Amino acid sequence: MQHFAELLDSLVFQPARNAKLRLITTYLASTPDPDRGYALAALTGTLDLPNAKPALLREFGVQRLGETLFTLSYDYVGDLAETLSLVWDANVKPDAEATGPQAGHNRPPPSLGEVVDRLRLTSKRETPRLIETWLDELDATGRWALIKLVTGALRVGVSARLAKQAAADLGGVSVDDVEEVWHGLKPPYKSLFDWLTKGAPRPAVATTTAVFRPLMLANPLDEAELPSLDPLAYRAEWKWDGIRVQLAAGGEQRRIFTRGGDDATSAFPDIVEAMDFDAVLDGELLVAHPGIGDVGPTIAPFNDLQQRLNRKTITPKMLRDYPAHVRLYDALFLGGEDLRARSFDERRTKLETWFGEKPRGPFDLSPLIRFTTWDELSEMRAGARAAEIEGLMLKRADSAYVAGRPKGPWFKWKRAALTADCVLMYAQRGHGKRSSYYSDYTFGCWRDEELVPVGKAYSGFTDEELLRLDKWVRDHTTNRFGPVREVEPGLVLEIAFDAVQRSTRHKSGIAMRFPRVHRIRWDKPYAEADKLATLEAMLAA
Amino acid sequence: MTADPTPSDPRSWLFTTPQGLYCAPGDFHIDPAWAVKRAVVTHGHGDHARAGHGATLATRETIEIMKVRFGEELGAVQGLRYGETVRIGDVDVRLVPAGHILGSAQIVLDWQGSRIVVSGDFKRRRDPTCPPFEPVKCDVFITEATFALPVFRHPPDSHEIGRLLQSLKTFPERCHLVGVYALGKCQRVIRLLREAGYDKRIWLHGALVSLCDLYTREGVDLGDIAPVGEMGRNPKDDLFGRDVFKGAIVLCPPGALADRWSRRFPDPLPVAASGWMRVRARARQRGAELPLVISDHADWDELCRTIRDVQAPKLWVTHGREDALVHQARSMGVEAEALHVAGREEEGA
Ligand SMILES: [Zn+2]
Ligand SMILES: [Zn+2]
Repeated sequence: MQHFAELLDSLVFQPARNAKLRLITTYLASTPDPDRGYALAALTGTLDLPNAKPALLREFGVQRLGETLFTLSYDYVGDLAETLSLVWDANVKPDAEATGPQAGHNRPPPSLGEVVDRLRLTSKRETPRLIETWLDELDATGRWALIKLVTGALRVGVSARLAKQAAADLGGVSVDDVEEVWHGLKPPYKSLFDWLTKGAPRPAVATTTAVFRPLMLANPLDEAELPSLDPLAYRAEWKWDGIRVQLAAGGEQRRIFTRGGDDATSAFPDIVEAMDFDAVLDGELLVAHPGIGDVGPTIAPFNDLQQRLNRKTITPKMLRDYPAHVRLYDALFLGGEDLRARSFDERRTKLETWFGEKPRGPFDLSPLIRFTTWDELSEMRAGARAAEIEGLMLKRADSAYVAGRPKGPWFKWKRAALTADCVLMYAQRGHGKRSSYYSDYTFGCWRDEELVPVGKAYSGFTDEELLRLDKWVRDHTTNRFGPVREVEPGLVLEIAFDAVQRSTRHKSGIAMRFPRVHRIRWDKPYAEADKLATLEAMLAA
Repeated sequence: MTADPTPSDPRSWLFTTPQGLYCAPGDFHIDPAWAVKRAVVTHGHGDHARAGHGATLATRETIEIMKVRFGEELGAVQGLRYGETVRIGDVDVRLVPAGHILGSAQIVLDWQGSRIVVSGDFKRRRDPTCPPFEPVKCDVFITEATFALPVFRHPPDSHEIGRLLQSLKTFPERCHLVGVYALGKCQRVIRLLREAGYDKRIWLHGALVSLCDLYTREGVDLGDIAPVGEMGRNPKDDLFGRDVFKGAIVLCPPGALADRWSRRFPDPLPVAASGWMRVRARARQRGAELPLVISDHADWDELCRTIRDVQAPKLWVTHGREDALVHQARSMGVEAEALHVAGREEEGA
């Protein structure tokens, strides 16, 4: 437990992805089974433990410390779990000579495996006593981690995918190899680690269909390459502005996975209800209002989809106002048959046949776009103004479904970005390697005589440009608020973005999708930057 | 404070003035925030020791520190040994180790059978750079309260230094940039690293050099230390380059961690060493990727233990979070109250 706690603690402070990976891999390499397996489960969100309520923690704190001291402490720290972990032994042995981690008791702190096993076996009534005993045995970092574990909120900035990547690094295999076997395994993942570290055979891929299969991803199209590609060898679809999902159902199981393999099933009961099939399908999750007769569904703005994401509880009102919909474009399995080695055309034919068998509720097919030359397609791409279209997808007709991002078979050809000339208003220090640089920029456009912020960007410039931007910010600062500097208007940034949306959260009333710095217009007079009205005219229909 | 000083009423002979704490029967100030005629100084930190007094009394080591910091601006000075007593006016003044930094002292004031001890800043755990705190029984104890909340319970130093060494193993190519207060914390961290067996060169930001030299002259062995100077400054300068700093430990003032100065180092990993690092939100605010809880101030347990050790019926609490400690002391049967002194600020604790 102590080891695991120190891992979580270092992850909290480490902003860089590679450094996080290194920390997790180092931990997995130096920790025995089953602890490392439970740690991996905790990081990937597959560890199901009985929960303790925050009220219990507060009660513990007041019991040990008294109301006054506990309240003063909590007010200062601001986080209940952390407060309790820090103050815990204050009244147990207030006169202990040593103030070390194990002062005042002689039992060794529990291992992570012991914590998990005993929590599972202990009755609900007995759990608080058990937790109290452990709090006595652990040091402050250990207590903090234990509380995170039993309140079910790890929040250390690690995605399931990242944790699996760390496990893959440990065994020198690809993360997609881990994904492939992952959903057939259970904590503490002994067979996984036997494979990764001890040369045991790779665990069998689960036999039920309802497991995550790593996705096939597209590379951005380099338009210069287009003439060398044969238009007849490719199929084209619109690229939809939703969330890529994988629907996997078979037997009694129905699950929805995000692109990274996170389980999103519970957020979309309306989709789950309609998954009465045995298949693994690839598609785009959208919010769409059902069509009538020949009229297809109406896709709602991306903002509406956001209302359905990251929600703990799904209300009937949300289901009614923001009905979920999946636009299908590929089939990995149908009726238990693995189609991944087959060509795109074969898979597509099977998908269409399957789809036509009966009404499919909140699903439809992403239509193929007919074209014979690249010019023709290019024109269609330029003419597509619907908000839900991000651009085009090109898929080789003979391409098998391969996990990862192979070069060649699939391309995404995004709609040409929109651009606007904006004025730099505020700059903020970055994180990690960029923490000594002002690298996050807030910029604005003109509304009459006033600049109003319209967005924030922290990418799109070279390291050399960053040095120059940083210096400019320092030389033109008019005000400081913590890590933020206000600068005098003077520098024009040409911002590229995918779309403009209405937003009630911003003073300007609009928000940009994916803004990034396209060019720095060192010479452009800032009075000639764009007007807010220009951006408003770009609002998607 | 118009009443005549009487020994039975401590507030009548030691009280605060706009300049700071004032001892009436001795006619001197203690750690005054402004220039005064006569000052007794507990230790060399900036919020306690200032230049420009007519005369300054402190330990010999503190006087040396003040000479390094203020040079010629010091007026008349008198350096005492620990335990030595001098009479100022009608008051006997004695300096006793406080265990905070090199030269740090508690000030023991005896006047007509009444005794007040001013702790200055102190801690109770072992510090390889200065003698340990000595509890002195007294009628009034004036304590600091920088970390006077039960959330502040500093882990053993060796544990924290172990975390730094572990990080060097996990990230052997990254330069570990450790933010430390120039006086005390810097030299203590170096000594702790040496005690943990780290014998490689430790690099110093220019602002830390003169005080490290002073500690060395005072007999604290800091091992192989060297200033960073201009090394690695020029990005094209690979010969003297940045490679030297791969996997190295570089100490700098906390403010330099996110300063342009830090850019010369290869993939720097910012480390902060301070008692504040105990609270994660504060550690994050400072941008530390590795926060070490190493403090030169007493933690909650040490404060409570000290209240018991000095057996003073009266406790005056200054310099920090008074509420919790006043509450705690009262529950221990001590008559406690807050004492507000001018010019105190949070230091790199
Ligand atoms: Zn101090
Ligand atoms: Zn101080």
